[in-house]
Parts: sequence; structure tokens; C-alpha cells
Amino acid sequence: MIAIIDYGVGNLFSLKSSLKALGLNAVVTSDKSEVLKAKRVILPGVGAFGAAVEKLEGAGLYNTVLEVARGGVPLLGICLGMQLLFDKSFEYGEHKGLSLLRGEVRPLSDDISGLKIPHMGWNSLNFVTKSPLFKYVSEGEYVYFVHSFYAKNCEESLIATSRYGVDVTAAVGYDNVYGTQFHPEKSGDVGMRILKAFGEL
Amino acid sequence: MLAKRIIPCLDVRDGRVVKGKNFTGLNDVSDPVSLARRYSESGADELVFYDITASFEGRKLFTEILKKVAESIFIPMTVGGGVNTVDDFDRVLKCGADKVSVNTGALNNPSLISEAARRYGDQCVVLSMDVKRVDGRFTVFAKGGRENRGIDALEWAKFGQKSGAGEIVVNSIDTDGVKKGFDLEMLKAVCDVVTIPVIASGGAGSIDDFVTLFKSVNVDAGLGASVFHYREIEIENLKRILKNNSVEVRI
Repeated sequence: MIAIIDYGVGNLFSLKSSLKALGLNAVVTSDKSEVLKAKRVILPGVGAFGAAVEKLEGAGLYNTVLEVARGGVPLLGICLGMQLLFDKSFEYGEHKGLSLLRGEVRPLSDDISGLKIPHMGWNSLNFVTKSPLFKYVSEGEYVYFVHSFYAKNCEESLIATSRYGVDVTAAVGYDNVYGTQFHPEKSGDVGMRILKAFGEL
Repeated sequence: MLAKRIIPCLDVRDGRVVKGKNFTGLNDVSDPVSLARRYSESGADELVFYDITASFEGRKLFTEILKKVAESIFIPMTVGGGVNTVDDFDRVLKCGADKVSVNTGALNNPSLISEAARRYGDQCVVLSMDVKRVDGRFTVFAKGGRENRGIDALEWAKFGQKSGAGEIVVNSIDTDGVKKGFDLEMLKAVCDVVTIPVIASGGAGSIDDFVTLFKSVNVDAGLGASVFHYREIEIENLKRILKNNSVEVRI
């Protein structure tokens, strides 16, 4: 069973459908005990970092995510869900994250100029280290991004980047904690292969 | 590298995909779910669904179709047509849409853009505008291109970006359905005044039109309808030729 954490941010319909299409058993839940029972956990998210942390805390799930990670259960943060895994974010102020991974989240506009923001669309993956998450994916394949902030100073967990003015953190993984800035559930066949690999971790 | 996107647009009425020229004279084309699947398999980067139904039953049918598409097709989906309130956003987002496009609804109530952007994020709000030259000025039209609102298109685009739209679709009424190429002059004018992604719409007739578009204007995506529906352009073929012309595409 894969638990998709529902804390009131974002659209979970496609994520649930994509796992279902892969034959993976998934449940969208805000129930603590259900999350803790799951064999794998996905932390989704869109919107602003600060508001998401508040909602996660408000739903009483902040510590649950920490517990999942410390218990060794494979955890995958997607988009803002990935950003939440880091120490802090500078999206509209400064906000503390889950600190499961070393690094911080900064505006793309600090580091790139002359390119449109958000970084929206399909971009190709460059691998930094080998990861079981990309077991079925080749370097150069395209995935779908929508974001204006990105993770920095996260060399310890960095597994893939995409080029958009700078090397944008595309995917991270450290022990049992994984994250993708892109949306695997919206990345067609390539995304499905990434979710399949996550289902086999 | 970020790829240029190819986006088929499906106008749906009473559960069927239809296509008209210059917004009138609609023809029935196909079942939306099977057409969407065909596009996803042939390499479409995104799908746009416009609800052009007026009736309550038609609208219900439309959301059922969206759900069916989102259950089996895993590429980004933008939905528009009849979006007048933040509740309308909610209705289509729950069916698996990723972005919602506003057009007449935003002209009637410009704060809809900022309200929706605050609630769902900038990335979710697409400002779609139907534009026509009137006395030499790019002018925004409402109601599927039927009603001149006398609004300057470039000012409207700037307002949309400032209000939190994450993307702009520029549909040229002057070139729509004519299949003689995109409205490069209009698109360039819009691209010059905004920094968010711009999607070109209206006028795609041949593969060359897409090559010319991406080679001459800094748009992010090209949208087409009937050329794809009737297989006048096959998406695999289009992308291969774009790539041969050094346009970055996802293959």
C-alpha cells in the first residue's frame, strides 16, 4: 500500500490514477495511522512553502512524515513536497522545512535571467549519481516541471538535474528519502517508469 | 533544455470534439477520450480541453469526460470554457485538470485571475485571450471572439501577468481556422511585454508554420486543433522535423 498524504494542498487525482494504472495499490489519506502503516509514502504539494508547512502541521501530519522517514519507509516528495524535505525555504520570507535533507529552497530568479519564470514544461534529465528511482529511465529523457523556486546546496542528496539557465535540482535521494521537483504523474511514460521504480523500492 | 511544447486543443460540445472556422460553423470530429489517448501516444506535450457547451447536462458530461481522460492519460491538461468563478476552478481541478484557462470570465471579473492565483497558485491560472486587429490595434474580444470589449490586448496581457496568471494563450482571431500560419506579429508583440510563457494559437496549417513560429518568435508552445484532429499534421512527424530544424522538442 502506498499512502498519498492529503493535507489540503494540490490535486491528487492524477497521482492516484497514475499509481492505479500501474497496478499499485494507493490511498489518498490524512489519517496518521494509515500513513504509518503504509509500505511507501508520497508527500505531494503545490502552492507556497510556508502555507504548506502550516497545513501539514495543522493536519497533525508534520511529525508523521518525520516518523515515516526515520522508520526507513521509502518516502517520495513531489514538487513542493520535495522542497518541504529540505532545511528551509526563502519563498515569501524564510520558512523552516522538515530538514530530512540538507539544503535550502531559493527563487530561480536569484540565479537566472532572461528566461521565463515559472520554469514550466518538459525538460531533460541529467544524472548526477546512480539511483534506484531511475532504474527504468535513461539520461536525457524528458519530465514535466512547473516551479519558480528550487533546491540549492543539496549536493549530498542530488541525483539528477535539468538545465534551465542553471543546473536545476530535478531529483534527490538519500537513504529512504526521495524527491522530484518535476511531476512524475504528469510526465507521461517516463514518469510512469519512475513511479514504478518507487513502487519497487 | 526546456522543450517547446506541441498542444492539441479539443473543443468539446455535448460530449463530442468539434471544430469550427473563425469560431462559427462547427463540425463534429471525434470522441474526446480516444482522441486524447491518440495524442498522448503520438507525443503531444499537453492537452487543452475547452467546454463549449451551454447546457447544464453538457457541462456534467464534460466533467465526466475530463475524469476519464485524467484516469488514463498522464500528461498536463488545461481546461477552459465557462470558467467564471473560483468555484469553476474547483470543479475542473477535482476532475484532474492541472491548469484552468480563463477568458470571458476574467474580462467580466478581472479579479478572478488574482483570486484563483492566490488560492491555487500562479502555475494553475492560464489567461486565454482572443485577439483581433481593430483600427490597427490588437484588441481583446469576449464570448469566443464575438464581442469586442475594446480592451488593448497588450495591456490585458500585462495585467494578467501582474495579477498572477502563469501562462498566456494568444489566439489570433485574424488567423484562426485559416490555416495559413500563426500570427507572428501579434505573438511577438505579446511576448515583448510579458515574461511568463506564451502559447501561440490560431492559424496552424502546416508543419512549416510551426517551424516558422518557433524560429521567429520566443513562444513556448504551439497550439492546434483541426490540423491534428484530421491528421493533416501527425505530431510525431512534426516533432521530428522541428528537431531537424534545431528546435528543442521532447521526442
